Amino acid sequence: MALSTSTGLGTAPAADDGTGKAGAVPAAPRRGRPPRLRLPRSPKVLIGLALILVFLVVAVFGSTLAPYDPSRTFSLTESFPLPPSAHHLLGTTQQQQDVLSQLLVGTRSTVLVAFIAGMIATILSVVIGVTAGYQGRLADDVLSMLANFFLVLPALPLLIVIFGFLKTNQGGHDLLIGVVIALTGWAWGARVLRAQTLSLRNRDYVDAARISGERSWRIITFEIMPNLVPIMAASFLFTVLYAVGTYTALAFLGLVNPNHWSWGSELFYAQVAGGVSAGYWWLFIPPGLAVALLGTALALVNFGIDEFINPRLRASGVSRRKARRSGGTALPRRFVLGVTPVVRPEGPETASGAPPGQRPVADLITTDHGKTRRGRRGSGQPGSGL
Amino acid sequence: MKVLGRRLTFYLVVAIAAITVDFLLPRVLPGNPVDAVLSHMQGATVTKASLQALKEQFGGDTKTGVAGQYVHFWHGLLTGHLGVSTSEGMAPVTAVIRGALPWTLGLVGLATLLSFVLGTLIGVLVAWRRGTWLDQLLPITTFFQAAPYFFLAFLAIDLFAVKLGWFPSEGARGITDFPALNWTYASDVLYHAALPAATIVIASAAGWIVGMRNVMVTTMDEDYVLIAQAKGLPKKRVIWYAARNAILPSVASFSLAIGFVVSGALLTEIVFSYPGLGFILLTAVQQADYSLLQGIFLVITLAVLIVNLIADFVYVFLDPRTRQEA
Repeated sequence: MALSTSTGLGTAPAADDGTGKAGAVPAAPRRGRPPRLRLPRSPKVLIGLALILVFLVVAVFGSTLAPYDPSRTFSLTESFPLPPSAHHLLGTTQQQQDVLSQLLVGTRSTVLVAFIAGMIATILSVVIGVTAGYQGRLADDVLSMLANFFLVLPALPLLIVIFGFLKTNQGGHDLLIGVVIALTGWAWGARVLRAQTLSLRNRDYVDAARISGERSWRIITFEIMPNLVPIMAASFLFTVLYAVGTYTALAFLGLVNPNHWSWGSELFYAQVAGGVSAGYWWLFIPPGLAVALLGTALALVNFGIDEFINPRLRASGVSRRKARRSGGTALPRRFVLGVTPVVRPEGPETASGAPPGQRPVADLITTDHGKTRRGRRGSGQPGSGL
Repeated sequence: MKVLGRRLTFYLVVAIAAITVDFLLPRVLPGNPVDAVLSHMQGATVTKASLQALKEQFGGDTKTGVAGQYVHFWHGLLTGHLGVSTSEGMAPVTAVIRGALPWTLGLVGLATLLSFVLGTLIGVLVAWRRGTWLDQLLPITTFFQAAPYFFLAFLAIDLFAVKLGWFPSEGARGITDFPALNWTYASDVLYHAALPAATIVIASAAGWIVGMRNVMVTTMDEDYVLIAQAKGLPKKRVIWYAARNAILPSVASFSLAIGFVVSGALLTEIVFSYPGLGFILLTAVQQADYSLLQGIFLVITLAVLIVNLIADFVYVFLDPRTRQEA
């Protein structure tokens, strides 16, 4: 039975949510099974994933779903944007184009640029960060310097200058934009990956692999990289988030060919039409909200990964009302200073009969002025109330 | 102090590298900036000397070659000459920037400081009261963090300036109001700055809240917090001890965050037509005013580096461990 008292301080072993596999960064990767990133199944993560899925679907099928051609002009006589109606669910722009169609079609470019940038930046940060962390010495110094340089350099002004010069020959190319954004967005991931590689490099199992004559590339790919997956995922999502915002900002400023539909170019036209001060909310709310929602979705999943890496960040389990209803078997959610709710894994054998997907019982260790010590209260009913 | 010396060297190197990047960009990127600038100068008489000056600045066939142009660039920089701005009637770039800089420094500087202080305090509070309704704040802040600054600016204008009419929707002061050192002028400036500043604070505070909360939660599990609690210190003092240690990563990550904040603030300025650096940056982009573009990039980069240096000083002041070295 896995319910045990722990000090709950500093080095308390991390517990994965309910799968019984302990530790965000396990001491050694399990051979034979590809390591998987198990996210806590919290509503936050699920909502985030669902939203991302919706955006991906729209990105793929957007032009099919769109009721009209986004560039089609519906009326030549009307010179003001029309509010939402049955014909145009989100109204029309100043040029009498359908806002909904622009939103749906523009999703592809935005999502594509963001994911290209995220992918390239993640690859860059893994190559640079892991090399710096594993090689050490001169390579580390040079690469860290490079990463720090890109970290302190304000990215958006730099991108504005770059695209300002590029504009003369029209930068409306998704791949190009993605690559340029990636070049300014890899440094954060590289720094975090380097730090983690540094700490992994001196673990016993890596030493063992080195002594037994494994080659460097093999140690890096099979011993170190699997343990970096959560951080890589976080860094990927972070860069995608960054790229969505940056691409939208660049397009909003008119630095990307405005005829290339994206959420940012919609905002550009909204600004040109003076849509804000005239109160044409349907021009800027839909694309702005889309950016914010996609960003929120990415950040929610990132929260999940953060909590996976550091389980102490979880807003713990149950509300007080729920705790009272369950008759004291569930633990109150209120966090008291000096009292640490520790979620302990069920252990690999799950002997208690609790299904593997269920959360184990929280174990409360009280050190708070000798208040009630209720550490083992819930041990009879694993997973109850959680 | 060895630490600070090292950081100072690093920022010097970064500054030199950034200036070099600024110099190289128009030369490396495809396109011909000289032609683009000339096409925007219709009406102005282009003398041979000014054509030569443009080529010196953006690259082209000159007698001195790239190395000579680089030396020329540095010479101009050190003597305060950044070329002339084609979009502002051939005024010197330094003068144009000098006119915009105070607005940005005032607005962005104050808003950033405010958001850091507020965000950190709220972060401490959320961590301290973990498990209460305050946890619901986290998803909300996520939304504000993910929303682009200028979208929040749109919303703010739509709601508070257009619909409610509480605040002006653009500009930094009334048209009829002229700079003077009296209360009327000062209050007018504050009145115009309120909405853009609030936008920047709300958009950027989210990052500080989440960051501080996460570190604080971890710190509250440390032994020394437990000891402080066990010794019977008042709760406020315990929180203070924990917060003082938890704030270190926030200060350390300032370099990462400040770039975002400045970028977002520039966009906010554009939306509010606030006459700061962001606003003239947009003009420079639209008018293909490359010398102004380069100048603004330099000023922003140097400002960010200086802020970083200050953050490093604060870090050394806060964390005695960095002082004990050597």
